Amino acid sequence: MSAPIIWIVFPAVAAALMLLLLREERATAIIGCILCACLALLAWGLSIDTAYAIGATSFKISPSLDILGRRLSLTMADQPLLVLIYISTAVWFLGSVFINLARRLVPLGLAITSVLVASLAVEPFLYAALLIEMAVLLSIPMLITQGQPPGRGVLRFLIFQTLAMPFILFSGWLLAGIEANPGNLALVQSAGILLGLGFAFLLAIFPFYTWFPLLVEDVPPFIAGFILWTFPTAALLFLTSFLERYSWMRTSSAMISVLVAAGILMIAIGGILAAFQRYLGRILAYGMLMETGFSLLALGLNSFSGVSLFFALFLPRLLSLTTWSFALTIIQKKSTSLKFSEVKGLGRIYPFASIGVGLATLSLVGLPMLAGFPIRQALVETVAQQFPSLILWIFLGSLGLTVAAMRTLAVFFMTPAGTPWERNETGQQSVLLFIEWGLLVLLGLFPQWVVLLTDRIPVMFQHLGQ
Amino acid sequence: MSRDWRWLLGILAIQYIGVFWLTFAYWPIAMATVKLVTGWMACAALGITQINISQHPVRETAWPHSWLFRILAAAIVAVASLAIAVRASAWLGMNLSTTWGSILLMGMGLLYLGVTAQPLRIVTGLLTLLAGFEILYAAVENSALVAALLAVVNLGLALGGAYVISAQEKGETA
Repeated sequence: MSAPIIWIVFPAVAAALMLLLLREERATAIIGCILCACLALLAWGLSIDTAYAIGATSFKISPSLDILGRRLSLTMADQPLLVLIYISTAVWFLGSVFINLARRLVPLGLAITSVLVASLAVEPFLYAALLIEMAVLLSIPMLITQGQPPGRGVLRFLIFQTLAMPFILFSGWLLAGIEANPGNLALVQSAGILLGLGFAFLLAIFPFYTWFPLLVEDVPPFIAGFILWTFPTAALLFLTSFLERYSWMRTSSAMISVLVAAGILMIAIGGILAAFQRYLGRILAYGMLMETGFSLLALGLNSFSGVSLFFALFLPRLLSLTTWSFALTIIQKKSTSLKFSEVKGLGRIYPFASIGVGLATLSLVGLPMLAGFPIRQALVETVAQQFPSLILWIFLGSLGLTVAAMRTLAVFFMTPAGTPWERNETGQQSVLLFIEWGLLVLLGLFPQWVVLLTDRIPVMFQHLGQ
Repeated sequence: MSRDWRWLLGILAIQYIGVFWLTFAYWPIAMATVKLVTGWMACAALGITQINISQHPVRETAWPHSWLFRILAAAIVAVASLAIAVRASAWLGMNLSTTWGSILLMGMGLLYLGVTAQPLRIVTGLLTLLAGFEILYAAVENSALVAALLAVVNLGLALGGAYVISAQEKGETA
């Protein structure tokens, strides 16, 4: 038995079986959720490449699997990340059951997750670009609603993510040349441009971000949320692998400047554009754009604390995004559209969902007492020490998202005086939203719980931040 | 550049013969044949989908309808790609015909992506762009795993495109 079989092949096979055999929403979600939780538990409890004895028999999980002359390798250092990946997938699957999206999300979501884990495990790591593209292609059926023409967001998502692959693969070849001949500045420049373009497409960096808001209009917000969580996270981890692999890159002042500039640009643009939106889904999209910006900024700090913050950002983001997209999907089922004019006054009809949207947005803004605050505060403090002039742009971006959150809450509760309160969420939806509210507050009060889950992840990137 | 899907896919299938020929200069015939077979399978998948849907007149809003414009745009891409190929072939250490063939296909794919919003044409544009890239990449990378993954990506793109086209058809007939 090898680790790639457990965490890559097995979920992929399970996804295929679920797609072919399961027709019932609840069963699909429950099986998917339990499977992911078990995989996360295994990653937490088992040790790869360590001998175990059960009675007279002993076994060892080997770290690698050879395929067509190349290798998939998952080591002990990767296990904390596997825990995070499969826990986050389980959280998405759990939400899907209460909004009848499990059949659409779970089998393909599991297949995408297994392919993206393969992208972390493949050696040489450069081939991850191909695997990420395969995951993009797997997501297409999830994004298409039968009986409706595909939206521009889906097509643009496909185009931009596909365009990323050639740039990254070719830059990888140039980077290998740079290792052999580090003095060749023309080669460094070419590789840098190609790599920059590749990651600009992959991470939806300005001006290639347009599929973010369009996608949220095309598909149910929960599905869009899953995509906006999964692919930027995979791309960020891929970028981290590049920085880990090439020492000249992580020590290059130009590369650090590019990371910081891209991060600040995304924070400022995301926040400012969010402030002017009149469609709830688009605010979510711009909020996620800002989150990618914060991750790039954390990487750009080029310190161990920056790397720790980079990984610590994942958990509050996951919680905010699942709450936000889950609540929006509930509201969308009632109002058909998420335009301000359509959702006006829905706060009294869907109080749990409306408060969920508000809390999730404010958590991403970094409001004290909410999950996003402690990590964001630590990040902004570090940025203020290293790049004091950039704080204004972070402030502008955060202000923009705060304005968007205030406008959203105002629209939700803009009702004539005397309008009675109702609760139209189902009992299960209300319970899940209540748990999510609670977690958003608890992680704000006890940020050490976030660190508990993510502090071991930087071990797999030993050279980063040193 | 054709608006009739039969011509479009026919030309795409012929294009894959060219891709095979240019890849064959760097790869053994067995691996180069993978490109040809995969390309034809992609064409077949898209063709079968098109056969099974009712034919509507194509409503393309972004693309200027003049033949002259299309030929001019393609000519500009051809000339620009030749200019780039002359320098790139020396830099990459590849022969000019392979480099030009590759860059020309990438340029044409990008041109096509820039002027269409129809799923079939978008997929065709992406396949053309990837075909161009694959020629160039074949010269520098000969791993069997990469060949297999690129084949899967091409087929996945065609199947994903077929899924989108059929969903669009259902949407229009609903």
